[in-house]
Amino acid sequence: MLGFLKKPVVVTVEINMNLVALTVMGLISRLWGLSYPRAVVFDEVYYGQFVSLYMKRIFFVDDSGPPLGHMLLALGGYLGGFDGNFLWNRIGAEYGMNVPVWSLRLLPALAGALCVPLAYQILVELQFSHCAALGAALLILLVLSYLKFYNLQRHRSFSGSWWFWLLLTGVACSCAVGVKYMGLFTYMLLLATAGLHFWHMIGDQHLSNVSLVCHFLARGLALIIIPVAMYLSFFYVHLALLYRSGPHDQIMTSAFQASLEGGLARITQGQPLEVAYGSQITLRNVLGKPMQCWLHSHTNTYPIRYENGRGSSHQQQVTCYPFKDVNNWWIVKDPGMQQLVVSNPPRPVRHGHIVQLVHGITTRYLNTHDVAAPLSPHSQEVSCYIDYNISMPAQNLWRVEIVNRESDTDVWKTILSEVRFVHVNTSAVLKLSGASLPEWGYRQLEVVGEKLSKGYHQSMVWNVEEHRYGKSQEQKEREVELHSPTQMDISKNLSFMAKFTELQWKILTLKNEDTEHKYSSSALDWITMDTNIAYWLHPTSGAQIHLLGNVVTWASANVAALVYVFLSLWYLIRRRRKIYDIPKDVWQLWVSAGGICGGGWAVNYLPFFLMEKTLFLYHYLPALTFQILLIPIVLQHLGDHLCRSLLLKSMFSALIVAWFSSVYLVYRTFSPVTYGEPSLSAAELKDLRWKDSWNILLQKQ
Amino acid sequence: MVPRGDRGSGSWDETHFGKMGSYYINRTFFFDVHPPLGKMLIGLAGYLSGYDGTFPFQKPGDRYEQHNYMGMRGFCAFLGSCLVPFAYLTVLELSKSLPAALLTAFILIFDTGCITLSQYILLDPILMFFLMGAVLSMVKCNSCADRPFSASWWFWLSLTGVNLAGAMGVKFVGLFVVLFVGLNTISDLWGLLGDLSLSLVVFGKHLLARVLCLILLPLALYMTVFAVHFTVLNKSGPGDGFFSSAFQSQLIGNNLHNVSIPEHLAYGSVVTMKNLRMAGGYLHSHWHLYPEGVGARQQQVTAYLHKDLNNLWIIKKRYSDTDLSDPSSPVEFVRHGDIIRLEHKETSRNLHSHRHEAPLTKKHFQVTGYGINGTGDSNDFWRIEVMSRKAEKLIKVLRSQVQLTHVATGCILGSSGKTLPKWGWEQVEVTCTPYLKKSPNSLWNFEDHINPKLPNISLDVLKPSFAEILLESHMVMIRHNCLLIHIGLKPKDNEVTSKPWHWPINYQGLRFSGVNETDYRVYLLGNPVIWWLNLVTIGLYLLIAVSTAVALKRGVQLTSELRELSRVVLRGGAQMMLGWLLHYLPFFMMGRVLYFHHYFPAMLFSSMLTGITWDTLLKFCAGLLSSSTTARKVYGAGFLALFLLIVYSFYLFHPLSYGMIGPMASDPSSPMAGLRWMDSWEF
Repeated sequence: MLGFLKKPVVVTVEINMNLVALTVMGLISRLWGLSYPRAVVFDEVYYGQFVSLYMKRIFFVDDSGPPLGHMLLALGGYLGGFDGNFLWNRIGAEYGMNVPVWSLRLLPALAGALCVPLAYQILVELQFSHCAALGAALLILLVLSYLKFYNLQRHRSFSGSWWFWLLLTGVACSCAVGVKYMGLFTYMLLLATAGLHFWHMIGDQHLSNVSLVCHFLARGLALIIIPVAMYLSFFYVHLALLYRSGPHDQIMTSAFQASLEGGLARITQGQPLEVAYGSQITLRNVLGKPMQCWLHSHTNTYPIRYENGRGSSHQQQVTCYPFKDVNNWWIVKDPGMQQLVVSNPPRPVRHGHIVQLVHGITTRYLNTHDVAAPLSPHSQEVSCYIDYNISMPAQNLWRVEIVNRESDTDVWKTILSEVRFVHVNTSAVLKLSGASLPEWGYRQLEVVGEKLSKGYHQSMVWNVEEHRYGKSQEQKEREVELHSPTQMDISKNLSFMAKFTELQWKILTLKNEDTEHKYSSSALDWITMDTNIAYWLHPTSGAQIHLLGNVVTWASANVAALVYVFLSLWYLIRRRRKIYDIPKDVWQLWVSAGGICGGGWAVNYLPFFLMEKTLFLYHYLPALTFQILLIPIVLQHLGDHLCRSLLLKSMFSALIVAWFSSVYLVYRTFSPVTYGEPSLSAAELKDLRWKDSWNILLQKQ
Repeated sequence: MVPRGDRGSGSWDETHFGKMGSYYINRTFFFDVHPPLGKMLIGLAGYLSGYDGTFPFQKPGDRYEQHNYMGMRGFCAFLGSCLVPFAYLTVLELSKSLPAALLTAFILIFDTGCITLSQYILLDPILMFFLMGAVLSMVKCNSCADRPFSASWWFWLSLTGVNLAGAMGVKFVGLFVVLFVGLNTISDLWGLLGDLSLSLVVFGKHLLARVLCLILLPLALYMTVFAVHFTVLNKSGPGDGFFSSAFQSQLIGNNLHNVSIPEHLAYGSVVTMKNLRMAGGYLHSHWHLYPEGVGARQQQVTAYLHKDLNNLWIIKKRYSDTDLSDPSSPVEFVRHGDIIRLEHKETSRNLHSHRHEAPLTKKHFQVTGYGINGTGDSNDFWRIEVMSRKAEKLIKVLRSQVQLTHVATGCILGSSGKTLPKWGWEQVEVTCTPYLKKSPNSLWNFEDHINPKLPNISLDVLKPSFAEILLESHMVMIRHNCLLIHIGLKPKDNEVTSKPWHWPINYQGLRFSGVNETDYRVYLLGNPVIWWLNLVTIGLYLLIAVSTAVALKRGVQLTSELRELSRVVLRGGAQMMLGWLLHYLPFFMMGRVLYFHHYFPAMLFSSMLTGITWDTLLKFCAGLLSSSTTARKVYGAGFLALFLLIVYSFYLFHPLSYGMIGPMASDPSSPMAGLRWMDSWEF
């Protein structure tokens, strides 16, 4: 039982010198001059903001991906003691003394450096001989750990290291997806590979059914359940860290905003929960597009005739107003009673109840009728009813329908309930049309009664944001009351899952306007590296940093990919005719290696053709990493199997040496624009412009 | 099979495609995003049945009155009815089981959606006809595989090709069936390649036969369709503006038809410049200034879609003050790379740009008219460059695509396509973009050209060849399709649109005609019983297929009957499943507005899958019973139940397609009230 205690604990350390040397080289090349320049470089201006926000614990939404990447960057800032006080306003701004540039940049550089040994290990695991950025490292780690696992599995199923690598795969998967959604495609590739391997296992008659099921469950746990759990945990940490309200609050729903410290929470804290007859409320449209706004009315009326000649009811305007205003207050009234105060005990409004909505300042009733709306003639006009128009009686009864109710007797709750107002006479639904009114409506947003309401749409749903029980019967007192801030206390908390689903949905659906950028490029340009990105330019000396690949590497990666495809096709067709050029195990290696590297390239590259967002060269780097992995695979294969004579072999080795040195030469040539020093003269810069499409900045002397 | 009610009014898209049928009869040129075959057939049917092409097809619900529309409708309905025998034969071929084929046929006969869709003048019945034809002939050809190069093999193979051309010629959605047949052919050839008893020569013959019948033949037919299209439509019509000026010169009645203008651009020429973006306007200026706060307060420059005197510009040299209109001065042609000045003829101001932000596209520079009587400053100079494929020195009217680069700032003159507010008379914004990307937005061509010193040539010299016309019409169609995706029909935020996931669950139909209670209403909605049966079957099929595949992989010994069943499931079933996926999944990636009827091709595959799956399932269940008589009874009873279910559900829902009058179903007094099983149905 305690036998293992008797054995001495032996720690064996195996050090692979190649691996260490490569790691060191990778580290040197990435960490060299890391804190130079002490100025904001390119997208740092963007992600730096988020680091600052993390430091200040202010909530934000970024549609570029899930929060893990931002969090890791912020971790670097945290460890370096960054207090978040820096204005990230333009590229090239000098960092102040409080910004730990080195530690902020350390993490991405480390991740980039680790790519090198990881790539090396992948090839080792693919059983080829030894002569052969942040997201990229994780992607590679992911593939690596799966291969480790796969190779191990042949010998020791369910052993400790088997589990270690399998779980690491799962963890790496979730990290990759957690940094950018592009990781999802690599994850899919991995699942497909795992599925294929499992399919072969099914065919293996030596395995019993029970062990097959065990294998299946273990994979399901490690490759699906753990990544999902990890992914959720990233968001959990993200939301736990960011508890203060910030610049992106208004995209979120009222309930979400109320859960953040400051902002809306300060106002809504202590509001009564249940809306009752006599409640004073503000109504926010749930859609939040084109901007968040509240149901509003003011003393101005609709013009008698619109510009296009159509007539209106000439009653008081009802709009949706994007700012907090005393005219956003409405009072819920029971049609059968005259009083506008909350009785004691309060009578809550439930789903299906019929109410009137009274505008607080003007005391007019919310009304709709069969008059075309100003900008959406197919819908009804919504107005606050004025009694001088005898020909048209008031139609001001509205049925409250709680959309997210659990039962039909649910009470209308502040913030939490999403409510539709259905007009009793015409069954039109109160809706935000999204159009903004002309001058006479002060450019506020149009509100209409939608007659043909097709199913559920957020523009027809409203929620109570500010709320208090009205106490003053007199109009004068009530106006004073409306102007005063709300108070009372009940706090509302959203569950984590509710917050998560909302944030996730917002991240996925939030669309930035399609902006043109000087350095944006199309996916087709990447293969030939037709564009570069200028990251930074020294204000005086002309020293500059560019994102520019090593031309030789890119070209050879392309050639390797082409050679791989043609050779594979050739072998495939020959094998189909039962002509075997290479042994079976070599063929299998060739296929699996190519499947992972080529597949990795495809899944990280092709999806960009379907995307409509602004693309940059750096989006290609993960795909390129996989493509580069193909080079040694192809070289190795060519050297071992196609160069049969000794002469050919030595020529081939000479070629490889030449290739290596040309890669290094190009690296040296371009290192001034990679590290930003030393600064070059205009003529030297001109010489570096190998392609006309490269945009290297020449300063006018 | 499909009874025809007396519905004498146009419904829904009928206005669209019926109108195009009329265009063919009247031979006026029009433009549509779909290839022309479907509309041509409609036009032909109308022509043969005596329709004179005079009905205006203005809005849904117009009465046809005395117009003879039955020919066109009857034609579509006939093609729609052909789907049933096609599907029947396909399933029979795949499963070799009569009940399975009958089940599929019943589903298609009694599906209200299929009936409604094939009753009107629409492209969908024609598309589905060719699509099913291609599938049927492909399946037939596969079963002839044991006697290749026989007469029937050739017949089915070439018929597949013909149907493919037909499907592609009706709508671009036909591409999916091309893909389907292509995948089948590849796997077919792969099998032949692995068969070592066939020599490579025989394999080469197979390959050639398929290239001939499935690639060359359809391509030839497809091009013939376009040739006929352009030959028939030789009169100017509503589609002119979509095409290039050179193409327009071929249309009778167009103002470019049979005119003669000087060919090469020279200094002193008076020209109009047309932007090459879709529906791009002419470069235009007028006496009005940009309002306060919008860049510099100088004269507006816009793009205007109509012909107007204010579109005329004079090409001048950079510094020359010599009067170019002097007839004695020598003619000097404008060359690629020259630096020119463009003077607006009416206002004598120069085309000008500077580093002020453009009115709408804030990242671009503003373009204005500047200077008095042609004297401005160095911001009026533009470099003219020909961007066409062939490097040309001189600039040709109509044919040369040119780009104007602003010399001082290096930006390119372009039209952003955004409409200016009221102060700009709602014309299109013209900007100077600093982003040096080649796009039709920043390319222009010269359309009118007046220069008395140059000899006029007839535009027939510029007549585009058929290949160029074909290329151009495809470019226009593709660009217009992209436009549908990006701007054109993009739904407003608040509009409720049909989403692909709605379709298989029959979530929401499409109102064909009639809105109000008193109208005669037709509502496109699948028979819910059938559709939900299809939906369940897809899940069921996946379950069966996976378990069969795993069982085979594990080497379970099967009886000969089960082996046959598993072959049907994994071959025939998988084909239908693939067809369903190919016709359904791509819609998830399309950004354009989608409609419920886009699902119907996929629904055909799904119905055939239903037939095959239930047949297999019932056979398998019956096989578990010991005695053969009970087994046969169970099998028969199962099918009978399915048949009855389908027929009864059709009895319930048939008013959807044959029309309803009376209160809406949301009203409890309506006879259909009990049938409104989902809140989203609005009949």
